[in-house]
Amino acid sequence: MTDASLVPQAVLDLLALLSPSPPGWGGNLLRGLLHSLQIAFGSFAMGLMIGTLGAYAKLYGGPIARDLAAIYTTVVRAVPELVLILLLYYAGTDLINRVLESAGYARVDINGLVAGIVVLGFVQGAYATEVLRGAIKAIPQGEIEAARAYGMGPMLMMRRITLPAMLPYALPGLANLWLISTKDTALLAVVGFSELTLETRQAAGATKAYFLFFMAAGALYLLVTLFSNAIIGRIEKWARRGLPSAKGAR
Amino acid sequence: MGAPRPAIGERGALMSNTAPKLETPLDTFSIHKEGGPPFRLRDMPPHRIVLVLIGLALVASAAIFMRWDWLPSYGGLILQGLWRTIWILVVTVVLGFLLAVPLGLAQAAGPAIFAIPARWFCTVIRGTPLLLQLWLLYYGLGSLFPQYPWIRGSELWPYLRQAWPYAVLALTLSYAGYEGEVMRGAFAGVPKGQLEAARAFGMRRFTILRRIWLPQAIHRALPTLAGEAVLQLKSTPLVATITVVDLYSVASRVRQDTFITYEPLLLLAAGYLIITGIIVFLFRKLERLIPSRLG
Repeated sequence: MTDASLVPQAVLDLLALLSPSPPGWGGNLLRGLLHSLQIAFGSFAMGLMIGTLGAYAKLYGGPIARDLAAIYTTVVRAVPELVLILLLYYAGTDLINRVLESAGYARVDINGLVAGIVVLGFVQGAYATEVLRGAIKAIPQGEIEAARAYGMGPMLMMRRITLPAMLPYALPGLANLWLISTKDTALLAVVGFSELTLETRQAAGATKAYFLFFMAAGALYLLVTLFSNAIIGRIEKWARRGLPSAKGAR
Repeated sequence: MGAPRPAIGERGALMSNTAPKLETPLDTFSIHKEGGPPFRLRDMPPHRIVLVLIGLALVASAAIFMRWDWLPSYGGLILQGLWRTIWILVVTVVLGFLLAVPLGLAQAAGPAIFAIPARWFCTVIRGTPLLLQLWLLYYGLGSLFPQYPWIRGSELWPYLRQAWPYAVLALTLSYAGYEGEVMRGAFAGVPKGQLEAARAFGMRRFTILRRIWLPQAIHRALPTLAGEAVLQLKSTPLVATITVVDLYSVASRVRQDTFITYEPLLLLAAGYLIITGIIVFLFRKLERLIPSRLG
């Protein structure tokens, strides 16, 4: 009884909208959050793969590979993500369907999750290319020369020397990219993929409690960010072990 | 050394004087960054010429084989959208920067009462998607305002009913949040000796900020500011989702009216590429205006 007297009934009714069971919309928000995180993970991983390829192309590739990588990073980083998402989302699915039709297969409905991962991964790849390129350049070049002198092949050298050695230099940039990828998932709301932001908007539209739901979604995104920051701090400490500390130098 | 030492102003005399190599260090004292060598087609490697030709062929085939007949009838609308995009970009970058200076200063040197809220503001803004912030302000706040009669009766109500104040507010806060963090680093990065020297000269705190601290901090932050301005340009299409008519929403309208899918989007991408190029060019000019030999 004390609860009811302390908190007005109207506020209780409003908060009941957030409960995870069906009368409330909390379950929808959490499902949206799960989709957002799936896309963020997928696109970040894909961005890392493209970024590694791009960084190698920019640093060690031939003149044509270098120019192509430069065009890719410049164009993708200069055009708004929203425009790229629309272009790739529609053009990509359309292209695949046309190829399938001309080959005699039936049209397929491309999974929104996969399309979102591919589109955002393509965008992330451009940023990751720049981050990884800078990190590889920051490795003391003697380490790479030593690896070559030992007769390591390019793949072995990448696995054993280049990637582990660049990790501490790349981590701040990659952490930033991860946070960007969690937030960029919100853009998929515009193409109608039901991630957290779109679920929030639907819930808010149905209940007319716009402010409440957008605040709740903001809190969820913020939680993801803060949690990621804590994890990233630990990873960074682990990756920097054995390196001279930057604190003492100042 | 038999050659007479030329005066600093006489550059021509210095260049023509071939004998004394010792005089050349004079050249390193140039205060302004120099531009690169002039562009010459002959210096381009052959593969790049081929790439440029392929690019030109792609553009030409797009111009010939795709549908552009809608362009004349939407010309005025496109210009209007372009103007709105640039207007929002400039206004929010300027306002956001003005807000970022106190935010950065509070975090770098302010007392805890200012520093902690400033840090929280930056964390919250940087930790949530801009689209969500925009919708929170437009749908959330916008749905709360009409409940209060005194707001409906106020002078501001005609503005609060439109979409663009919310767009400007959201983008300004977002820019201030990201830039506040940058300015914190820039303020903290100015060497202590500079500030101590200023204090030794008897400058007041505000004079130190105006003459010494802020200019050096801005100089440090300028490359990042350019990058953030490009990011801000790329955020502007989000305002189309709250019914502000910018370049992006003109393109979506063309797509809805004519059922042409790709052409408006390609034109849109090209438009943003060009604006990005202009921003980068302007900031590079601005950077060159500032003497580069700062301590």
